[in-house]
Amino acid sequence: MKPKLKTATAAVISMLMGTTAVAEGLKIGVVVTLSGPPAALGQQIVDGFQLALEQKGGKLGGQAVELIVEDDELKPDVALLKATSLIERDEVDIVVGTVFSNMLQAIFKPIVESETFLISPNAGPSTFAGRNCNPYFFVTSYQNNQNAEVSGMVANEEGFENVFVMAPNYQAGRDNVEGFSKTFKGNVTDVVFTPLGHQDFSAELARMSTSDADAVFTFMPGGMGVRLVGQFNDAGLKDSMKFMSVFTTDETTLPGQKDAAVGFLAAGNWAPDMANDANTAFVSAFEAKYGYIPGGYAMQAYDTANLIDSAVAATGGSLEDKDAFRAALKAADFTSVRGEFSFNKNHYPVQDFHALTIVKRDDGKFHTSFVRTVVEDYADSFASECQM
Amino acid sequence: MSLTLFLILCLNGLQYGLLLFLIAAGLTLVFGVMGFINLAHGVQYMVGAYLVFAFTGLTGSFWLALVLSLIAALMIGLLMEYAVFRHLYARPHLDQVLATFGIIIFLNELAKVLFGPATLSIDTPELLSGSIQITEQLRYPVYRLATIGAGLVVAVGLFITISYTRTGMLIRAGSTTPEMVSALGVNITQLFRIVFGVGAMLAGFAGVIAAPLFAIEPGMGDNLLIVAFVVIIIGGVGSIGGAFLAAILVGLIDTLGRSLVTELLGLAVDASMANQIGPALASMLIYILMAAILVFRPKGLWPAKGVA
Repeated sequence: MKPKLKTATAAVISMLMGTTAVAEGLKIGVVVTLSGPPAALGQQIVDGFQLALEQKGGKLGGQAVELIVEDDELKPDVALLKATSLIERDEVDIVVGTVFSNMLQAIFKPIVESETFLISPNAGPSTFAGRNCNPYFFVTSYQNNQNAEVSGMVANEEGFENVFVMAPNYQAGRDNVEGFSKTFKGNVTDVVFTPLGHQDFSAELARMSTSDADAVFTFMPGGMGVRLVGQFNDAGLKDSMKFMSVFTTDETTLPGQKDAAVGFLAAGNWAPDMANDANTAFVSAFEAKYGYIPGGYAMQAYDTANLIDSAVAATGGSLEDKDAFRAALKAADFTSVRGEFSFNKNHYPVQDFHALTIVKRDDGKFHTSFVRTVVEDYADSFASECQM
Repeated sequence: MSLTLFLILCLNGLQYGLLLFLIAAGLTLVFGVMGFINLAHGVQYMVGAYLVFAFTGLTGSFWLALVLSLIAALMIGLLMEYAVFRHLYARPHLDQVLATFGIIIFLNELAKVLFGPATLSIDTPELLSGSIQITEQLRYPVYRLATIGAGLVVAVGLFITISYTRTGMLIRAGSTTPEMVSALGVNITQLFRIVFGVGAMLAGFAGVIAAPLFAIEPGMGDNLLIVAFVVIIIGGVGSIGGAFLAAILVGLIDTLGRSLVTELLGLAVDASMANQIGPALASMLIYILMAAILVFRPKGLWPAKGVA
């Protein structure tokens, strides 16, 4: 190659590279669980995010978005690898993830230390809500303990005196038991921990029947919830005690639980039939596109995309000034489908929580349904420890 | 703990044990007779559950679906034997582990692609959907009793086949001295194929009867496979009787342990401590039993005759 030509080529290359750098765009990495039994949760997040993106013509805040979706396989080492490749190789501007708190723990440090914004559409561990809160970390879902705490309030309102509590034997299970016990004023008859992925609940159901409890509170996400609800029903306990739960009877498990779950109580920050215009539009658009009723996971991802949209628009499409972008995110100047939404000083949401119940819709599909608001503008109990 | 509760726990333990037996029976024969480590055996359980889900959807009848699923499970077992496993018999155990592990991943993902990642369920068949009122609040589903019956029938049938029929005799002979059986003019490959197909069908059958009780999801057989290996080690590799005995033992210990260990610990240490240790200890019990068996009776409780 002649020297002159070489220079010319180099010039062309640098010009090309120059153009890509100038062409303002937004690179967003998504790290969620898309394999194994909990894949349905990660899929909801991807679907919810993409719906919002599509509604805005593939742009957020006027910037064309390149979305890179990664599967953490529910393995901390894989999550870490995917997250580091997102920030180092793909040089994404924002990472959205994860479904599970233990995956978030794995990816948290490298992302925030690279001064990349990390927004969690579901996991909300207490670890990063208090003293270890971080300027680059936002949560659009809830703080993990809150749903169980609200369940305790629901139990008080329903007038339950004796409650049988059961959860899988791992961190989130124990957190939920603690959250429930914190707000429930009555008597907890038994606390039973089962192995994670438990198959046969008949022994626990037998204990339940002899416990004289008037309700059971449980946290059995995914397949465990499907099995528990079916077996609870088969054992005939539905007639003698109330069933109250978090993340056990939701839109990801109801297609498997069907009629057995109708009338069961739950607590949460949203239900698909909550009456506001933004929500109605979201749910019908989501169902039309994906053919299933969205759950909280999809809703939170949809809100996350809208939050990013509002913040990018507020800073005029630039993420160069990180402080300005952070302030724009914190302002939460978007229409959340759950109604009022704002960020606390630890960047966890302040929002209303509701009592929910399971209903069968006229077309034979099942979903959680809004009953009443239990607590308004509910903030988590760790925010006071956050220095930010 | 009341007597009723104890009896219920025993029934549940028995039911879990028989389910384990259906899976372990095929595993112990394939492992014992052919010396072949088939990790993909647990995935047959999942295949059975998905088959009955699909066929119930198509035909609308659980019983028709049961028959179709068994035939399909047998076919899938034979197909896997023909396509993959027969090339591995002469290979070292590590190759077998790798190849069969690959099949687990493949079939788990296939289930997800075909049926989606969400957990599915099917209704118990109409005929067995009733329940027996055992205490004021608690009912025991007839279907669970039926699975105990089905498990026992299969166990007796297998035992008679292995002990008293010509095929059973050949299987027993083939497990100890395959070359000699082959020299006497028996098609040993054919024999192994039958053992393999029936083993796969039994695991499929376990999946079919478990489907209405437990939910159907990708990877549902993976945990059971580990327990099934524990069962065949406790019972003695290659021994149907041993597998039966060990399966019932493991089923009872696991089910009773989960309720009793925490309560018993509660007598010794304070309640919150017991609640911390109890569940963890309860899930370790069967492995502790296996370790003890390996130390004191390395051939298992009821070893197959002639195993060196």
